[in-house]
Amino acid sequence: MSTNNPFDSGAGDWQPPDLGRSLTEGRALRSTLLSGLAWACALLASVPLLSVLYMLIVRGGSRLSLELFTELPPAGFEEGGGFGNAIVGTFVTVGIGALISIPFGILAAVFLAELGPDSKLASWARFCAKTLTGLPSILAGVFAYALVVLTTGTYSAPAGGVALALLMLPTVVLTAEEAMKMVTQKMKDAAYGMGCTRTQVIMKVVLPTALPGILTGVMLAIARAAGETAPLLFTALFSNFWLLEEGEMHLMAPIASLSVLIYNFSGMPFDNQIELAWAASLVLVMFVLIFNIVSRVFGQSKA
Amino acid sequence: MNMFEQARSADSVSGPPSKGDYFFDRAFQWLAKAFAWAILAVVAALLLEVGSKAIPAIKDYHIGFLTSTTWDANKDQFGILPEIWGTLYSSFLALIIAGFFGVMMAIFLTQDFLPPRLAAIFRIIVELLAAIPSVVYGLWGIFVVIPAIRPLANWLNETFGMIPFFSTSLSGPGMLPAALVLAIMVLPTIAAVSQDALRLVPYRIKEAAYGLGATRWEAILRVMLPTASTGIFGALVLGFGRALGETMALAMLVGNSNQISLSLFSPANTLAALLALNFPEAGETEVKVLMYAALVLMLITLAVNVAGTAIMTMTNKQAGGGR
Repeated sequence: MSTNNPFDSGAGDWQPPDLGRSLTEGRALRSTLLSGLAWACALLASVPLLSVLYMLIVRGGSRLSLELFTELPPAGFEEGGGFGNAIVGTFVTVGIGALISIPFGILAAVFLAELGPDSKLASWARFCAKTLTGLPSILAGVFAYALVVLTTGTYSAPAGGVALALLMLPTVVLTAEEAMKMVTQKMKDAAYGMGCTRTQVIMKVVLPTALPGILTGVMLAIARAAGETAPLLFTALFSNFWLLEEGEMHLMAPIASLSVLIYNFSGMPFDNQIELAWAASLVLVMFVLIFNIVSRVFGQSKA
Repeated sequence: MNMFEQARSADSVSGPPSKGDYFFDRAFQWLAKAFAWAILAVVAALLLEVGSKAIPAIKDYHIGFLTSTTWDANKDQFGILPEIWGTLYSSFLALIIAGFFGVMMAIFLTQDFLPPRLAAIFRIIVELLAAIPSVVYGLWGIFVVIPAIRPLANWLNETFGMIPFFSTSLSGPGMLPAALVLAIMVLPTIAAVSQDALRLVPYRIKEAAYGLGATRWEAILRVMLPTASTGIFGALVLGFGRALGETMALAMLVGNSNQISLSLFSPANTLAALLALNFPEAGETEVKVLMYAALVLMLITLAVNVAGTAIMTMTNKQAGGGR
């Protein structure tokens, strides 16, 4: 028996080993330095967001006024002006996209979550939806161009809406499926026990219970679609006029949008247009952030 | 005689489904199934539509389209080698920057560096980075990033001009500002997916490392990261896929110049930016050629994304998440 056996209670002269770690020891020092680096990285990664928000508030906020929302974009050397038609246009194109993608997405999600979660079709559809998540937005534009613009012969709001719908679809499907899967089997069994058909269970139990989660996905999809530019460039194009001109609705004609306005104006050599681009960015970011926050509120009420 | 009729007459809420219910049930289930098929149909239509529109250009320009460097609509000469190079180069640069920051951020947020409330703030910052529209990043890049890095870039060019990376001066738009903004845009993807991967590592594994006397970073670098490596690799692949397809920030910042250069400061072009800039004013032949370019972009991103999704599914299965 060795005398320094810690479990040998007879050896009274045993001292516990020193488990403290000196800060100047190489290993500990390295750990502290790396922790500092992690802090530095996290702070540095926050700089862009703060800088973007600062620029939006300073440069966009200085131009904020009521006429921005009521007037049309100015031409070359004109002063003043606004982007009222672009706000309307963004609402219309995103609205068309939502009208297509939300029913489509929720119905498909019903199949994925409830009717055939383990079927081959479901796993393929899930795979396709995940792949669509990574689809470059410009390709959604190319697709809508080939499908709608070439067929109808004109740039239009529906063409832009189709492109946006393609980008919203995967978000709606995947979040709605997750939300429906959270509904407990007990609740569904209770409904079946009452004599409900499968459809009644889905309509009266699963969908209402999963509604907050579904709305989260829908809001996120809308927020993302509102900021998209690339798919609208050659589907909705741009227009310097109102959608309703002289009491006529020009739905099958090029339509303005906030994001395309920012892109067009950012490259112009006129100060007025660049100021307007910043102001439009501020409005667009506010819109996107509001939808993000609303979706977060829905997401929390679920928990 | 009919007990169902009896049950109904007795003011009972329960009862068998009516004929209408049966019909509605069938119709609804059929409809839901049809829309699940429709997702497959959308992806198929996407491939077919772009593919079929690209066929005429493929017949005219063959594979040489991918290796030729001129783009001249007046002479009907088209080639996208500079764009392929620019797409890969800018995405690769962005991946290096965003990969480092994104994985650092994921470690910082998952490895108990912060009290929960502070961690939540940083998490929101990262999520907000993803919420800002790319066109706003483009605008910010033009008016903030380019002026901010120009002095440094030109000093590097004057002092280290013989190194190919610094061989030109930065006159305005160029590869570096584009890659920097691109990195900011893919950072949230990489950070979010890496966080998920790190969270899947069971806590007791880390505790075992601490129990053996490992320092915090020894536990992170030798235990946590290797265990989560497949998931983090998947995050990098998905981030790379995002970067390849990002359009607006690049169209506004990369300079749209048809050249192949290693220099970080010279203007370049990417496939997505090429589509964004030339599509709106394209004539009939140019549209066909652009469809060919779109097909190339689609195949590249599809391959990268399928790889990324496959890796993610694999890690989830490994961890027993079974999503």
